[in-house]
Amino acid sequence: MADAKAVDFAKIKAEEGAAFAKPVQILDNDGKVVNKELMANFTDDQLVDLMKKMVWERALHEQTMSFSQQGRLGFYAPTWGEEASEMGTAAAFKKQDFLFPAYRDLPQLIQHGATVAQMYLWSKGHVKGNLFDARALRPQIIIGAQMVEMAGGALGIKKNGEKDTVAYAYTGEGGSSQGDTYEGMNFAGVFQAPAVFIIQNNGWAISYPRKLQTEAETIAQKGVAAGIPAVQVDGMDVLACYEVAKEAREFAAAGNGPVLIETLTYRFGAHSSAGDDPSRYRTKDEEKPWFDKDPLIRLRKYLTEKKLWSEEEEEKYVAECKDDFKKAMKEADSVEPEKVSDMLKRTFEVPTPDIKEQIKKYEAKESK
Amino acid sequence: MAKKTYIKAITEGIDIALAEDPKTLVFGEDVGKNGGVFRATNGLQEKYGEDRVFSTPLAESGILGLSIGLAVTGWRPVPEIQFSGFIFEALDSIVSQMSRIRFQYNGTKNAPITIRTPYGGGTHTAELHADNFENFVIGVPGLRVVTPSSAYDAKGLIISAIENNDPVVFLENLRLYRSVKGEVPDDKYTVPLDKANVVQEGSDVTIIAYGGEVSEAQKAAKKLAKDNISAEIIDLRSLYPLDTDTIFESIKKTHHVVIVQEAQKQAGVGAEVASAISEGAIMYLDAPITRVAAPNSVYPFPQAENVWIPASKDIEDAVREVVNY
Repeated sequence: MADAKAVDFAKIKAEEGAAFAKPVQILDNDGKVVNKELMANFTDDQLVDLMKKMVWERALHEQTMSFSQQGRLGFYAPTWGEEASEMGTAAAFKKQDFLFPAYRDLPQLIQHGATVAQMYLWSKGHVKGNLFDARALRPQIIIGAQMVEMAGGALGIKKNGEKDTVAYAYTGEGGSSQGDTYEGMNFAGVFQAPAVFIIQNNGWAISYPRKLQTEAETIAQKGVAAGIPAVQVDGMDVLACYEVAKEAREFAAAGNGPVLIETLTYRFGAHSSAGDDPSRYRTKDEEKPWFDKDPLIRLRKYLTEKKLWSEEEEEKYVAECKDDFKKAMKEADSVEPEKVSDMLKRTFEVPTPDIKEQIKKYEAKESK
Repeated sequence: MAKKTYIKAITEGIDIALAEDPKTLVFGEDVGKNGGVFRATNGLQEKYGEDRVFSTPLAESGILGLSIGLAVTGWRPVPEIQFSGFIFEALDSIVSQMSRIRFQYNGTKNAPITIRTPYGGGTHTAELHADNFENFVIGVPGLRVVTPSSAYDAKGLIISAIENNDPVVFLENLRLYRSVKGEVPDDKYTVPLDKANVVQEGSDVTIIAYGGEVSEAQKAAKKLAKDNISAEIIDLRSLYPLDTDTIFESIKKTHHVVIVQEAQKQAGVGAEVASAISEGAIMYLDAPITRVAAPNSVYPFPQAENVWIPASKDIEDAVREVVNY
C-alpha cells in the first residue's frame, strides 16, 4: 500500500508566508542599530530630518485631535503611531512623483506639497481642500479605488516618457482585501508601470482584526499574485521604512515595474474621529507591546545618545509646529463658504441646459 | 459617400479621434490585436501601434480605474467595457470617481474619458450581455450619456464624445451594429452631445425613442400613416442631458406623446422624459403621457426576448390609444 502524495499542501502554506515574514529593520525598540550596513546609508542630517518629520506628524495629530474635539473639523482619521510608516516612506518620494493617498494619508499629502490649512479644509469639507499645489489626488475615501487609479497614473507617467518619476499609493491592510487593490497591482504589473504600492498594516480595519482579513501570513505575499516584488518592513522603524521606499522607488523609476511594500505598524488610537472606541474591540494587553515600539522613542534614543537631538529641542520644535497648525486652522476658518451656483458651474466644462437653469435660480437666491 | 454599418461608423470615428489627438488611447478586453469582439476597433492597433490601442487584463474596475489615472496624467482614454452587463464591476469608477473629478478639483482637473459599451437586446446573447443599464448612469451628476440609432449619428457622436473634456458614457446598441446601414461621410464631422434628432416630422403624435427602439417607432409610424395618423419621431440621442426644447416644440404641435424605451419601465429614461414634459409642456397635451417599455422583470432569457422587448406593434397600439383618448 503506497500512500505517496502528489502535493504537501501544509508545507506549501507554511512556506508561502515564511518567505515574506522577514521585516526589514535597521533600529530596534531600544534605538540600537541592528543593521550596520543599511545604517551607513544615512547622514546625521538625514536622521535628524526624519526625526523632525515624525515629531511634526505627531504634533499635527495632537493638534488636529484637539481641533476635532472642539468640533472645528469634520472627518479625521488619526495617524498616531504610524509616523514611521508614513513619514519614512513619504520622505523617499520626489516632487515630480504622483501621490494617490487614502483618507488616513494627510501627513504624506502635506509632505508632498499640500498645506495644513488645505488639509483642514478637506476635513471640514470644502472644495479648496482639494486645490493643493502637489502632484496628487485628494485623499481617497473609497478603499481600493486609489490602487487601480494609481496603476493608470503610473502607466500615464510611463507613456509620457517622464524620467525618474513614479506613482505611489497607500492603503491599509483592510484595503488589501479589496478587488481594486489586486486589480491595481496586477494591471501595474502587466504594464510594467512605475508604481509603488504601500500597504500600511496597522492590525485593525476599524474593529476587524488583521488575522481575519486574510489567511495569508503576510500582506506582502499578495504581491506574488501579481508577479511583482514585495517586501515586509518594520513600520515602526522610520529608517527601514525610508530605505525600503527609496529602493522601491529607484527600482520602479528605472523601468522595472511596480513594487509592493507592507509596513507593520499600529494605530495607537481610534480609527477615526467619528466616535470609534478601540476599547470595544481590542485589549490593553495587545496595545502595550506596540507602545513599546513607538517609532519616535527608538530614533529619539539613538539620536540623543549621539548628541544629535535633545528633549528641549523637541519641545521647542513641537511648540513651533503647533503654532503653525493653529495659524493654519485660522486660515481654514477664514475661507468663505461655498455657493451652490459654484458647485453647479464646476460639474461640467460646458453646463447642460438643466444645470444652466439651476445656476440662474441659485444665483438669484444667493444675491439676496 | 458610401453606405456603412453602424459599427463601421464607430470604428471610423475612433480612427479619426486617434489620428487627430496623439493623447487619445483606446483600450479594453480584446480591443487590440483582435480588433474587439465586435470588430469595433478593427485595424486600429495595426495603424496606431500597441502604445495607443491595447488590450488589458480581464478586470472592468481595473480598466476604468486605469482610465482615471491616465486622464489625470494627461491622456484622453477611450476604454471599452465588452458588454454592458459587465459594467457593474466598474460602477465605482464611473459613479464615485470620474464623474466627480471636475467638481472635486474645481475644474483644475478633469476626466476626458469616453466609455464605450454595447447594450440592448434582440441578438440572443447569453445572460447579462444585453442589459439596458442607462438608468444607472443618467442620474449621476457629471456624466453625459449618449446613444446613437443610426450609422451617421454613431460616427458623429463618438467623435464628439471623445473630444468632450468630461466623461461620456457612449452606449452602442448591439442589435444595430450590423443591421443598420446608412450614408456616412468619410471625413470628420460631429453630432452634438445634447441635441435630439427629429427623425421624421409629423402632426398628430410625438413618439420619443432612442437606440434600437427608433427603428421600431419608424415601423409603427408607417402602419399608423395608413390610417392617417401622422407621427413625429424624436430620437433622443442624448439620455442625459435631455433636449427638452426639441421635445416641447414637438408636443406643442402634436398634443400627444408616447415615450419608448427598451429598458424595464421602472425608474428609466422614460420616467425622466415624462416628468420633464409634465413640468414643462403638460398644458399642450390632449391625452396622458404614455410610456412603452419592457416589463419590470429581470432581462429575459434569450428565447423570450421576442415577447419581452417592446416592438413596433406595442408602439402602434399605444399611439392609437393616445390619439383616440
